Amino acid sequence: MSLLLEPSPTTIKEEKLYREMGLTDEEFAMVERILGRLPNYTEIGIFSVMWSEHCSYKNSKPVLKKFPTEGEHVLQGPGEGAGIVDIGDGLAVAFKIESHNHPSAIEPYQGAATGVGGIIRDVFSMGARPIALLNSLRFGELTSPRVKYLFEHVVAGIAGYGNCVGIPTVGGEVQFDAAYEGNPLVNAMCVGLIRHEDIQRGVASGVGNTVMYVGAKTGRDGIHGATFASEELTEASEAKRPAVQVGDPFMEKLLLEACLEVVKSDALVGIQDMGAAGLTSSSAEMASKAGVGIEMNLDLVPQREAGMTPYEMMLSESQERMLLVVKKGREQEICDLFAKYGLEAKAIGKVTDDKMLRLYFHGEVVAEIPVDALAKDAPVYHKPSAEPAYYREFQQIDYVPHVENYEETLLSLLAQPTIASKEWVYDQYDYMVRTNTVVAPGSDAAVVRIRGTKKALAMTTDCNSRYIYLDPETGGKIAVAEAARNVVCSGAKPLAITDCLNFGSPEKPEIFWQLEKAVDGMSAACRTLATPVISGNVSLYNETNGEAVYPTPVVGMVGLVEHLDHVTTQTFKQAGDIIYVIGEAKQEFGGSELQKLLEGRIFGKAPSIDLEVEAQRQQALLAAIRAGVVASAHDVAEGGLSVALAECLMNANGLGAKVTISGDLAAELFSETQSRFVVSVKKEHQATFEQLVEAKKIGEVTDEGTLRIENEHGEAVVNLSVEQMRSVWKGAIPCLLKSKA
Amino acid sequence: MYKVKVYVTLRENVLDPQGTAVKGALHSLSYREVQDVRIGKFMELVIEKSERNVEEIVREMCEKLLANTVIEDYRYEIEEVVVQ
Amino acid sequence: MKFAVIVFPGSNCDVDMYHAIKDELGEEVAYVWHDADNLDEFDGILLPGGFSYGDYLRSGAIARFSNVMKAIQKAADEGKPVLGVCNGFQILLEAGLLPGAMRRNNSLKFICRPVTLRVENNETMFTSLYELGEVITIPIAHGEGNYYCDEETLTKLIENRQIIFRYHDENPNGSLENIAGIMNETGNVLGMMPHPERAVDALLGSADGLKLFQSIVKYWRVKHVVTS
Repeated sequence: MSLLLEPSPTTIKEEKLYREMGLTDEEFAMVERILGRLPNYTEIGIFSVMWSEHCSYKNSKPVLKKFPTEGEHVLQGPGEGAGIVDIGDGLAVAFKIESHNHPSAIEPYQGAATGVGGIIRDVFSMGARPIALLNSLRFGELTSPRVKYLFEHVVAGIAGYGNCVGIPTVGGEVQFDAAYEGNPLVNAMCVGLIRHEDIQRGVASGVGNTVMYVGAKTGRDGIHGATFASEELTEASEAKRPAVQVGDPFMEKLLLEACLEVVKSDALVGIQDMGAAGLTSSSAEMASKAGVGIEMNLDLVPQREAGMTPYEMMLSESQERMLLVVKKGREQEICDLFAKYGLEAKAIGKVTDDKMLRLYFHGEVVAEIPVDALAKDAPVYHKPSAEPAYYREFQQIDYVPHVENYEETLLSLLAQPTIASKEWVYDQYDYMVRTNTVVAPGSDAAVVRIRGTKKALAMTTDCNSRYIYLDPETGGKIAVAEAARNVVCSGAKPLAITDCLNFGSPEKPEIFWQLEKAVDGMSAACRTLATPVISGNVSLYNETNGEAVYPTPVVGMVGLVEHLDHVTTQTFKQAGDIIYVIGEAKQEFGGSELQKLLEGRIFGKAPSIDLEVEAQRQQALLAAIRAGVVASAHDVAEGGLSVALAECLMNANGLGAKVTISGDLAAELFSETQSRFVVSVKKEHQATFEQLVEAKKIGEVTDEGTLRIENEHGEAVVNLSVEQMRSVWKGAIPCLLKSKA
Repeated sequence: MYKVKVYVTLRENVLDPQGTAVKGALHSLSYREVQDVRIGKFMELVIEKSERNVEEIVREMCEKLLANTVIEDYRYEIEEVVVQ
Repeated sequence: MKFAVIVFPGSNCDVDMYHAIKDELGEEVAYVWHDADNLDEFDGILLPGGFSYGDYLRSGAIARFSNVMKAIQKAADEGKPVLGVCNGFQILLEAGLLPGAMRRNNSLKFICRPVTLRVENNETMFTSLYELGEVITIPIAHGEGNYYCDEETLTKLIENRQIIFRYHDENPNGSLENIAGIMNETGNVLGMMPHPERAVDALLGSADGLKLFQSIVKYWRVKHVVTS
């Protein structure tokens, strides 16, 4: 019997085997105190996953507390599968973003695919119908074969999973930077729609109620790297080596439809996805939230492989599994419902009153742990924080770029992979399935209509990690503000955010400082822009060979379009429309695309941001959009005004633009000063627009198919055909992928 | 008990884009000697003995489901195994 | 007119098809689960897109053995309009209701984007409201839409005017003869890779697909009036 091969409690302690599982000596002592005895192998395994950063947020909890999480529309804040915000008409929107960085670095297709699968389950386990997917991706420079491989397979994995399940992937962002060379970031976000009365929570209340298992069988997938090291066990452990999790989107689709039907049944008490730490976290968390205990007979767990141990079953991260708590005596109804979808629901345990997680295997108790110790009372650490030397240095630098040829510079910027068209990516995503996608990928925020109403949801993911690296607090503010800008440009009022905090090792004070400061900045922006944080995820230790990725707190934001008439895109609409720019350009080039292009690296100060100004401009622009006087709206972001203008023309059939700028040309054209927008307005709406928004008229949409930018003397500093810009912009990524390194 | 290996490949006159892509990749890794790559599926079936001829059953399964004979060819190997 | 939208495990454009019929076309429509064995109450059968049975083995290969396929065959034999879109087309091919087979896209990638199609035959129950040669914009979303058939079959398809839609500006997937949609010999079973049900509302980019459904209804109305 394989159980016998597991190290004994004494061996675990004496040989400090818990260390391989990521527990410290102090934590092991805590476990001993909690249990009043030595833990066995299964138990220490359970503690190690539940006390991991991923499940317990032990290092980030003190920081996460700073986030504002309440607001008048918030129905569910952080702590459940997904956060929920009211959008009126008895409807609400549920959403969350999550990372799958490390699995994607090892096996990009499956890593990304299972990341998508996990976030979809988080949303439908709340009872919400997933209506859209987004993502946020970071890779190294698109020049090395390894990065190309990761990029192509991550995109294929996201497409493969989302397309099959039939949830449109409507938006996202991709950035390339050497900092992500060894450690790509793959964050997936899911947005769901729910009626208030259908909201489910992962609770296991009602002593005597039945615990049921539904979905794929449990295999040895993704059990954490910790394996016992004894020499004589090598053969056995080789045969049982943890496998990469493989996603089965077909199973997910069946599970999704069945679960959305089961949430309508009053036989259901609680439901939760078996995500990270699968059976362990779902059972412990559901019990702890309800103040009860759970006991399970592991012999009843559907198993894909023979001879699995309790340790393996409890730590397995097999995908597409859900844990349900069902009213006693109503099990058959649940079984019948799942059977319709070809799925088996199996009773594996019951709710108890003693607040213990108790596991039986072959007739014996193999684990007995207080649920609160696992779910609520994990240790919390206040890590030391220190301002890094680079930050102080950068704050002293006032970088001024030297630009010789504005036209060439603009073309080069359009070919930068971070700015270039992402059509190669989103053409692989079914962004139309469910036929609600009003604004497809490629504009500022995606817009998905809500059938049966005149409303729609705008959604986006954003994070310029270069700014955050240079100045985490300012960069954190910008990440939230930029997301809000995108949502506003689409005609929506920002509602709330979800965040995915991708950082390096919190053991390093400089990294922890980045985390703290970024959260400070994000929190400030969330307060000013009235977008509370309703869900999120933390991914730390994103490092290779001791080098951390740029601090990357990705913001996923959802906004409400009150009426479909308000939906606005960035594309110029017709010749003769007046072009305005909101906000002034300053000499701000730290972390800019121009700096990256000219210097090959980033340094100096991040662009500054005044949140009050930001909020005021966003409100004014939204008011103008709602008044029906805005033809197109686009935020000025990477690459500055010239790139923003070019982007307004990329999908505009045959149109062009003629604008005049004055002052420092490099700053006017390429500076990444914040809180700025390019807006086009029909002539007849000029007066109303100017009353509502403080903006500077810079030119006109033409029918000439060129972008002509003149200085104050009427001399052209840029005069490029849209076709040429488009071909550079669209061709950049496919071209990089084809080129041999 | 029989252990049956079924190989399904695209018919020779049908373009195999996956095969073409892999051939290109092998060439770029300077395996110039590679003339052709065909990519297919490999399936392993365990079939219990019955009155019916096993080969007949396998052929039928291939025709009906395992291969689409409009574009795919199949072949199989049948091996009798003794269950302990 | 009453339509059935067949739902296989893994279908995911069933909802789109349903709403296109109900909301935009304004006709009766019901979902029919894959294990149904009678479709007699329906006047038109729609096989939607998606990934039936995960498209494991081959797209459509497993779905064709669903119970409902016998009833679909019967409806086809009775001359009722049967439309298979995307995965529905793949199922009709696997089931032998239409000739040929699908290969993976030339690019080996899933492709989702609006494409232009040319109407090659407007003397059918599916296309009578289009002009001959009309160029329409309909989205595609598939990984295996690269149509193939042998030469003999192709000759027959051409001679009988069974090719209904061809890709116009570009061939997105490598499909033989730019084929985007074909019909059976008797003219009541149409399979197409592009999604007409995604092109029924200008708000979402195009309403060019609506005429296809309207053509079916028009055909049915005429027939209904004549026979009753």
